[in-house]
Amino acid sequence: MLTPLSWLKDFADFPDDVALLRSTLDDLGLVVEGVEVVGDGLSDVVIARIDEIHAIEGADRVRLVVVDAGDGPLEIVCGATNFALGDLVPLAPVGATLPGGFEIARRKMRGVTSNGMLCSGRELGLGDDHSGLMILNNHDAAPGAPLVEVLGVERDVIFDLAIEGNRPDAWCIRGVARDLAARLDLAYREPVIEAIARSEQPSADLVSAEIRDESLCPRLGVAVLSGVVVGDSPSFIVDRLAKAGMRAINNVVDASNYVMLEMGQPTHPYDLSRVEGHGLIVRSAKQGESLVTLDDQERTLGVAGKSLGDQGIDIVICDATDRVIGLAGLMGGASSEINDATNTVLLEAAAFEPITLMRTSRRLALRSEASARFSKGTDPAMIETAMDRFAQLLALTCPELTMSQPWVQPATSPAGAVIEVPHARIEALLGITLSEQEIGQLLEPRGFDVVATDDGLSITVPTNRSDIRKSARGIADIIEEIARTYSYSKIPRRRLAWPEPGSPSSAQTLRHRLRDVMVGLGATEAWTSSLVAPGELELLGIDEPDIVVTNPLTEGESRLRRSLLPGLLRSTAMNLERQQDNVILFELGAVFVNPAVRSSRSSRAGSLGSTEVALPDEIDTLTVVFAHDGVDATSAVTALSVLSDALRLEGLDIDQRTRRTAELAGLHPTRSGLVRDVRTGVAVGVVGEVDPELGGKLSSALEGRRIGVLSLDVGRIADNSKTTRKSDLAQAVSRFPSSVFDLAFVAPDDVVAADIGKALVAAAGELGESVALFDVYRGTGVDAGSRSLAYRIKLSAEDHTLSEDEISAVREACIAKAGELGARLR
Amino acid sequence: MSELDLEGYLTESLAAVASAERVAELDAIESQSKAKNSPLIAARRALGSISDETQRKERGRDIQHISDALLSAISLRREALAANEREAWLLEDALDLTEVVTSKVVFPSTRGHAHVVAQTRASLEEVFVSMGFSIEEGPEVETDWYNFEALNLPPGHPARDMYDTMYLDLGNAETVLMRTHTSPMQIHLLEAAVAKNALPIHAAIPGRCYRLDTPDARHLPVFHQVEGLVVDKGITFGDLAGVIETFTAAYFGPDIHSRLRPAYFPFTEPSAEFEITCTICRGEGCRTCSKTGWIELGGCGMIDPAVFDAVGIDSAEWSGFAFGFGIDRCAQMRHSIADMRALIENDVRFSRQF
Repeated sequence: MLTPLSWLKDFADFPDDVALLRSTLDDLGLVVEGVEVVGDGLSDVVIARIDEIHAIEGADRVRLVVVDAGDGPLEIVCGATNFALGDLVPLAPVGATLPGGFEIARRKMRGVTSNGMLCSGRELGLGDDHSGLMILNNHDAAPGAPLVEVLGVERDVIFDLAIEGNRPDAWCIRGVARDLAARLDLAYREPVIEAIARSEQPSADLVSAEIRDESLCPRLGVAVLSGVVVGDSPSFIVDRLAKAGMRAINNVVDASNYVMLEMGQPTHPYDLSRVEGHGLIVRSAKQGESLVTLDDQERTLGVAGKSLGDQGIDIVICDATDRVIGLAGLMGGASSEINDATNTVLLEAAAFEPITLMRTSRRLALRSEASARFSKGTDPAMIETAMDRFAQLLALTCPELTMSQPWVQPATSPAGAVIEVPHARIEALLGITLSEQEIGQLLEPRGFDVVATDDGLSITVPTNRSDIRKSARGIADIIEEIARTYSYSKIPRRRLAWPEPGSPSSAQTLRHRLRDVMVGLGATEAWTSSLVAPGELELLGIDEPDIVVTNPLTEGESRLRRSLLPGLLRSTAMNLERQQDNVILFELGAVFVNPAVRSSRSSRAGSLGSTEVALPDEIDTLTVVFAHDGVDATSAVTALSVLSDALRLEGLDIDQRTRRTAELAGLHPTRSGLVRDVRTGVAVGVVGEVDPELGGKLSSALEGRRIGVLSLDVGRIADNSKTTRKSDLAQAVSRFPSSVFDLAFVAPDDVVAADIGKALVAAAGELGESVALFDVYRGTGVDAGSRSLAYRIKLSAEDHTLSEDEISAVREACIAKAGELGARLR
Repeated sequence: MSELDLEGYLTESLAAVASAERVAELDAIESQSKAKNSPLIAARRALGSISDETQRKERGRDIQHISDALLSAISLRREALAANEREAWLLEDALDLTEVVTSKVVFPSTRGHAHVVAQTRASLEEVFVSMGFSIEEGPEVETDWYNFEALNLPPGHPARDMYDTMYLDLGNAETVLMRTHTSPMQIHLLEAAVAKNALPIHAAIPGRCYRLDTPDARHLPVFHQVEGLVVDKGITFGDLAGVIETFTAAYFGPDIHSRLRPAYFPFTEPSAEFEITCTICRGEGCRTCSKTGWIELGGCGMIDPAVFDAVGIDSAEWSGFAFGFGIDRCAQMRHSIADMRALIENDVRFSRQF
């Protein structure tokens, strides 16, 4: 909300100290988002008359202008072209400093001396117009006259305030002034509103008014103003509206806007002659009813939108024939707009139900200065004052103006709520003790009434504070108001401590460890969006329905990701395209499974939705993509082996027999497998290579490139019922030397190497220390369709050095066991 | 050329298609059928010489049928052959993943890098753990109840405008959404504590959140927050201010301070925005802080009685506070990251700096 200091000063003698005002406003929760100083640096600018215009030889962008600024002819070089001989324009003479600190000096250009600068509106900080010089012909000023006097410009400071949702009182100059004056301990004064000539005639004789639904319109006032002459507003109104960000339209509309900005109460003036039947009805729109609003759009009303709880209730203003002529608080209809011929105004001022009004505003995407105020809750007690203020302002330009006795229903405004606030609650919530007098001094200048009771305070809430709840919850609202007006910064801080120790969650500890391992392997963590484009599931070959964002920012971000793989591959491709090599990227994040496929989670939906709703499974996933030079599935397998060691996982097998599961989507069918816990049979992830078809579809940078991939379900890894961990109890190592021998087997390709390894471990039995594959060979000397697998077997015993017999027994057992699988000693 | 000839051409071509063993052979048949000397093309050319319009149209349709039949046979066969070729290639390319000699696999001998946001999140978690908070986390997909209603934001509440919410097509319209803040975890944790009779709570909850914000230098539609929740007996606004100050000094350093100023959140009362000493100018006043010496970090406040009511906690017995702020914003401030969009670009040259 743009708040000019000059306007605030109508209500209290505020100081000019901008820094003080700014910090005070901030501390009151009226946060200053910007400060603009206008009219500064104009004191040297004078009016000049254009007397001669000459071309300058060799220059086509500038001309030489001779002006008279009161002291005879002055030569100025000027780039603007929007003026003619005799025009009056602003001149910043040599030595002047313009707003923004630009100092005018005598300059020589193209052999001509320029003795000052002729200015545009923007250069003077007097508007946005920079298309040419500011032309001041209609001001009837003499050359040499100071610009500030001619325009009546005074230095002013405009604060741009962010008004919070619980400050309906502060949506106007008056409210800000009152809060600020109270904090600065300045006397606050209401503007004097001189009632203008009122006809004895009750408004009811001239117009009818009816509220059909009091819950939508708790209070309504109407009055008839005759003797209206539509024209321009006085300059102070135009100036203040402009500073507050509103354009002047005509004296009637301007008076209405001025009252709204000043008092927070919107009013609506109608041309009475154009209101059928000379009457107003406030009701909810009938389903399908329509209205052509001032912006020339036809609006269909009374139809529920898709927003939760929207029942399609729109508050409308109708004429006496029940025809809709305006959308309450949002926009009038074209039919009853004020125009140059208007001579009698029907003025309406009302209070509307904020949530209903907001729903209409959102559904129709209509917002206005009035709706911003109505949606926070206006003060129903302000209606009469606002109508009087409107009449007073309009009378400045319409001397013959008379107003009928306003008709207001209900006649008396509802009194403010009374809330009992126990002292103990104030202390318990704020941690400070304030006396009843102190609280009175804080709240009463803001319109609260504070009365002491046995154990606390009985506080009457002013009618402009609809945010303060009438139930017991209002106690918290009052306490906030006490804290706010006292100042948050004055409440002493306590050093809180409790006996319970802090602890990270086990999932977090695990994730940190995963991240450490990945970083140790040279991988860089990526962060790809959880929102992806349609078609991603199809690309991966996953036959599941998408989870669709119904209102996405862009179509490309309209689905929830089912896999981290495509995002990581795209990031990999981007890095390769940018000439980065050795790219290994990983990501830790959630992927989502449509509850139509499977769901382990259901939750309370909301009061107006179904009670329970099935929600997507969120699978916390680690995916690593290896794209460094010379990489293939072996890197991923190695990473898995390092990772299982780091996490103390044992019994993880790679299952390459199972195919066509969603987990394996996008992976190379014969170079990838499921990672499975042998004991539980649970698949915890996948390892292998990216299907080259997928890589090629995603980016040409990935075409023909082998890319290793490892992906693990972090939740399953963390779950001891799904994975198996090595004991962390110490095992003594043998002090006797280990015996080592190597065995090379030739085995057909369809014999899984891991099975041979397991057979060797079994054969080694208790003496086995380790069995490790150290060489794989295909080629000369080995049949096609087979390979040679060389294992190094280490044996040891805790209590003795192994004998040759013991060693050869194990060796024989190993050869026999491997033989059973079809592997023969090479 | 007679009709019989065309039929014969089709039969011949179909046989060739059926016997083709390679995709390349099919390509040849297809291009031949479209060549100038193809019987199909010749038959088309001959159409002009048929004077009877009905006959001409009929003949035209026949030619089209034959051409369609041939092309669809080629395309079917091509799919089958491509599948076969892929199957054969897959077989040839197969690798027994258990025969990997892991000791021989070479990795680049450079260290990798955790994401700067992950690092920031980890340091924040450490600070909170050291302050006695347990770290919790929760789902990114939420319902209207947890994200709004239980937090005293009933449907239609004007303050909902602060949250540009992404809705999912699950359940009734606008009931399932991407959480707009980590605050729904307040409700989950309070519900769980009530169910297990396990108050007090001192928890910090980091996590990913979503809003319909067009990405710019300071906003991302997918971002990270950390929530704090303390519910105990005798907790006051002074405790909240103290915790914020302790955290600020612990994370940003001893010369960075905090201050609270009034704000509005429906789920806290009193509510505050918390600001910290500008980390760029250390409070002197600069462009980043609009010469105020302070920058806004997050929101906080005492838990509103309506929130306690929603989960069945007696607000006369228990009180507490909650706070929340952006992790990405912390990272941006701490590392002077000019444009937040660099965080999601994943250029390794950016990531390797941290």
